[in-house]
Amino acid sequence: MNLDLARWQFAITTVYHFLFVPLTIGLSFLVAGMQTAWVRTGDDRYLRMTRFWGKLFLINFAIGVVTGIVQEFQFGMNWSDYSRFVGDVFGAPLAIEGLLAFFLESTFLGLWIFGWDRLPKRVHLACIWLASIGTMLSAYFILAANSWMQHPVGSVVNDATGRAELKDFGAVLTNSTAVGAFAHTLTACFVTAGVFVLAISAWHLRRADRPGTHTEVFRPSIRVALVTLLVGSLGVVVSGDLQARLMTEQQPMKMAAAEALYDTVAPASFSLVTVGSLDGSQEVWSLRVPRVLSFMATGSFDGTVEGVHDLQARSEQTFGPGDYTPSIPTTYWTFRLMIGFGMLAGLLSLVGLWLTRKRATRPIPRWFLTSSIVALFLPFAANTAGWIFTEMGRQPWLVFGMLRTADGVSPAVSTTSVWISLIVFTLLYGGLAVVEVGLMLRYVKAGPPPPAGVVPIATPTPSVSY
Amino acid sequence: MELTTLWFLLIALLWTGYFVLEGFDFGVGMLLPVVSRDETDRRVALGTIGPVWDGNEVWLLVAGGATFAAFPEWYASLFSGFYLALLLLLVALILRGTALEYRGKLDDDRWRRRWDAAIVGGSFVPALLWGVAFADIVRGVPLDADHEYTGTFFTLLNPFALLGGVTTVLLFALHGAVFLALKTTGDVRTRAIGVAKVTGPLLVVAGGGFLVWAVLAYGPLWTLVPAGVAAVGLVAGTLLAARGREGWAFLATAGAIVAIVVTLFGTLFPDVLPATDPAHSLTTTNASSTAYTLTIMTWVAVALTPIVLAYQAWTFWVFRRRLTRDDVAGEAGLPVRTGAHAR
Ligand code: HDD
Ligand code: HEM
Ligand code: HEM
Repeated sequence: MNLDLARWQFAITTVYHFLFVPLTIGLSFLVAGMQTAWVRTGDDRYLRMTRFWGKLFLINFAIGVVTGIVQEFQFGMNWSDYSRFVGDVFGAPLAIEGLLAFFLESTFLGLWIFGWDRLPKRVHLACIWLASIGTMLSAYFILAANSWMQHPVGSVVNDATGRAELKDFGAVLTNSTAVGAFAHTLTACFVTAGVFVLAISAWHLRRADRPGTHTEVFRPSIRVALVTLLVGSLGVVVSGDLQARLMTEQQPMKMAAAEALYDTVAPASFSLVTVGSLDGSQEVWSLRVPRVLSFMATGSFDGTVEGVHDLQARSEQTFGPGDYTPSIPTTYWTFRLMIGFGMLAGLLSLVGLWLTRKRATRPIPRWFLTSSIVALFLPFAANTAGWIFTEMGRQPWLVFGMLRTADGVSPAVSTTSVWISLIVFTLLYGGLAVVEVGLMLRYVKAGPPPPAGVVPIATPTPSVSY
Repeated sequence: MELTTLWFLLIALLWTGYFVLEGFDFGVGMLLPVVSRDETDRRVALGTIGPVWDGNEVWLLVAGGATFAAFPEWYASLFSGFYLALLLLLVALILRGTALEYRGKLDDDRWRRRWDAAIVGGSFVPALLWGVAFADIVRGVPLDADHEYTGTFFTLLNPFALLGGVTTVLLFALHGAVFLALKTTGDVRTRAIGVAKVTGPLLVVAGGGFLVWAVLAYGPLWTLVPAGVAAVGLVAGTLLAARGREGWAFLATAGAIVAIVVTLFGTLFPDVLPATDPAHSLTTTNASSTAYTLTIMTWVAVALTPIVLAYQAWTFWVFRRRLTRDDVAGEAGLPVRTGAHAR
C-alpha cells in the first residue's frame, strides 16, 4: 500500500515539476538570445520581444522553483531506505546541483529582474546568460544522478554496510547514459520552448487583422521559434537514437518492453500501432515497419533484439526468482507517444519554415497558425511520456540491478501520512496550475509592451515589480 | 580534523547561511501587515527582499542536498521521521514563493490581498517550524535500532520545542525588522524600528530561556559562550536599531543568529540526531558517507562556496540603496479589467 502511494506521489510531483522545467531551460536561452540581439543592434523590437517572452518565462519559472523544493526533500520523506542505500553516490551530484546551479540561477535571475536600471547593459545581459547556463548545469547534474540509477557505474554494493558506495566519481559524471540523457533532454527543452513561442506567436498573428496587434514582434518571434524547433527536433532524434542503443545494451528489458517484443528475433520490425492486448498472446492487428527496431536497438538492420521471455529467464538466473518485466502496455504506449508527438511537432517546423520563407511580406495561412496553436500540448505530452517510459521501464528496479523499488520505500512512515501528503500535493499542484495558466493567458493576451516612441519606456522596467 | 567532523561544521555553516539570509526575508514577510498602511508601503517592504529571497532559499536546498551527500542516514531518518511537519513546511514555502512572484503581476486588490496572506502565513509557519525542528533535533527523538523514527507528529510538539519555535519566530521578526529599517525610509522605517523595540526584549527573555535550557539539559558547558554572545548580539541589535544605526544593528542580529546556530550544533555534536535511547543515536560517524565521497564533496565545497558568497555579496551591493515610496510608484502589474497593456 505505502509502496503504491509513494510511487504515485513521486510520479505526480516529479512529472508536474517536469512540465515547467523544459520550458524554463529552453525559454531562458531564447530570452537571453533576444536580449543579446537587442544589445547588439539596438532594435527596439528585440527589446519588446525580450520583455514579452521574459515575463512569460518568469511566470513559468516561479512554479518550477517551488515544485523543485519538494523534489529536494522527498527522497528522504517517502524513500528513506532508498536514501540510505544510495546516499553515498547519489547525494553528491544532488548537492553539487544546488551549489553550482541553483545559486547561479536564482541569484542572477534576481539581478536580471530587478537590475534593468541598476546595471550596465552588458552586465545585465550577462545575468540572464548566467541564469540560463545555471538551468542547464542543473539539468546535467540531476540527470547524472538519475542516469546512475538507470546504469550504476563507478560504485559497488558494500555488503557489510548494505549500501552502494562511490568508487569513481568521474565515472558517474561521464556515464554514457548521462551524456545521452542530457543531450536528449536538452534538445527536448528546445522543442518545448520552440513550440511554446510558436503557438503563442501564431495566436497573435491569427488576430493580425484586428487593431492593436503586434506583427512586428511576432513575425520575428515565429521565425525564432521555427528554427529552434527544427534544431531541437533533429537533436532529439539523433540523441534518442543514441539512447536507444545504450538502453539495449544496459537495460535490454526496457527495449523489449518498449516494443512489447516477447520472443527474440532478427531482424526485428517496429510496430507503429497495435490493436490487441499486448500481453504477448493475441495481437489482433498491427502496423509494422520492417527492420526498424533492429536498427534502433543495435544500429544494424539485421541486428538481433532479445525478447521479454528470454530476458526474464536470464534475470531470474542472475538475480533469483521474481518478476523482472515492467508494465508492457505502459512502456509500449509511452514510447510511441513520445516519438509520435515529438515528430509531429518537428514536422510543423518544416512546414512553417517553408511558409514563412519570404520574410514578413506574405501572410501566413490561417490553417497553419491554427495547427500551431493546437500543437502547444505536444512537447509537454512527449516529455511526460518520455519520463514515464524511462522510469517505469526500469521497474522493478529502483537502482538497476542493485535495489528494488519495493526495498526503497520508507518503512516507518504511516499509510495515513502518505495519503495526507499525496492528497495535499495533488490539490495544491492542481490549484497552482489553475493560477499559473490563468496568469499566463492574461499576459499572452496583453501582448508585448508598446514601441519605444508610443508610451515612454525610457525609464526601462521599473526597478521594483512587486 | 576528521572529515566527518568537517562536514558537520560545513552543514552547520549552510544552516547558518540559511537562517541569516532567509531569516530576514521570513521576518519581512511576517511583518508585512505591521509595517505597512497602504499598497505603496507593502511594495516598499517586499521590494527589499524581491531580488534576493530566492537566492536565500537556495541555502536551504544546498543544506538538504549536502546532508544527503554527507550524512545519508541523517537525511533519511530526519525527513521520514518529521514527515508531516516537513509537509507543512513545504506547503508554506510553496505558497510563499508563488505569492512573492505573483502578487505584483496583476493590478487587483483581491488578488494582492490573497497573496499577502500567503506571504504572511508562508513566512510565519517556517519561522516557527524551523525552531521546533531544531529544538527537537537537539533534544533527541525516539528512534529504533534501524534509526527509524517511532514517535508521532505530536511527539515533536513538546514544551522545549515550542519554546524553540517561539524563539525563531521572534528572532526572524527582529532580524527582518532591522533589515527593513536598514533598507527603507520614512514610515516603513519608523514602524520597523518600533517593531524591533518590542520584539528585542521579548526575544531576550524567550530566546535566553531557550538557550539556557538547551545548554543545561543537552550541551557541554562551553556552549554557554556562544549563547552569551547571542544574547549580547540581540540586546545590541535592538539598541542600535532604536538609535537609527541600522547597519550595525543588522550585523548584530546576524551575529546573534550565527551564535545561536553555533550553540545548537555545539550541543548536538557528536550526534547528528540523538535518540531517546542513546544506543540508537545517529552520530557523525555512523550516519556518514564514505571518506571518498566526503573528500570529493570537500573539494567541491571549497572551490564553489567562496564564488557563491562573492556573487551573492555583489547582489546585496547592487541593491544597497534604500527604497523609497517613489521607487515603487507606477508599477502595478497588469490591469485586470481593461486588458490594455501595463508594463
Ligand atoms: C532536466 C532537468 C531537471 C530535472 C530532471 C529535474 N529538475 Fe529540478 N529544476 C530544473 C531542472 C531539472 C531547473 C531547470 O533548474 C529548474 C526548473 C525551473 C526552475 O526554476 O529551475 C529546477 C528547479 C528545482 C529546484 C528549485 C531551485 C531554485 O530554487 O532555484 C529544486 C530544489 C529542484 N529543481 C530539485 C530537483 C530534484 C531533486 C529533481 C529530481 C527528482 C529534479 N529537480 C528534477
Ligand atoms: C524530472 C523528470 C522525471 C520524471 C518526469 C520522472 C518520472 C517518474 C515516474 C513517472 C515515476 C513512477 C514510476 C512508477 O510508478 O513505476 C518515477 C519514479 C521514480 N523516479 Fe523518476 N522521474 C524524473 C526524474 C527522476 C530523477 C532525476 C530521479 C532521481 C534523481 C528520479 C528518481 C525516481 C525515484 C526514486 C522513483 C520512485 C520509485 C518508482 O516508483 O519507480 N526520477 N519517476
Ligand atoms: C525519434 C525520436 C525519439 C527517440 C528514438 C527517443 C528515444 C528515447 C529513449 C530510448 C529514451 C529512454 C532512455 C532511457 O530510459 O535510458 C527516451 C527518454 C526520453 N525522451 Fe525520447 N526519444 C525520441 C523523441 C523524443 C521527443 C520528441 C521528446 C520530447 C520533446 C522526448 C523526450 C524524452 C524525455 C523527456 C525522456 C526522459 C529523459 C531521458 O531519459 O532522456 N523524446 N527517449
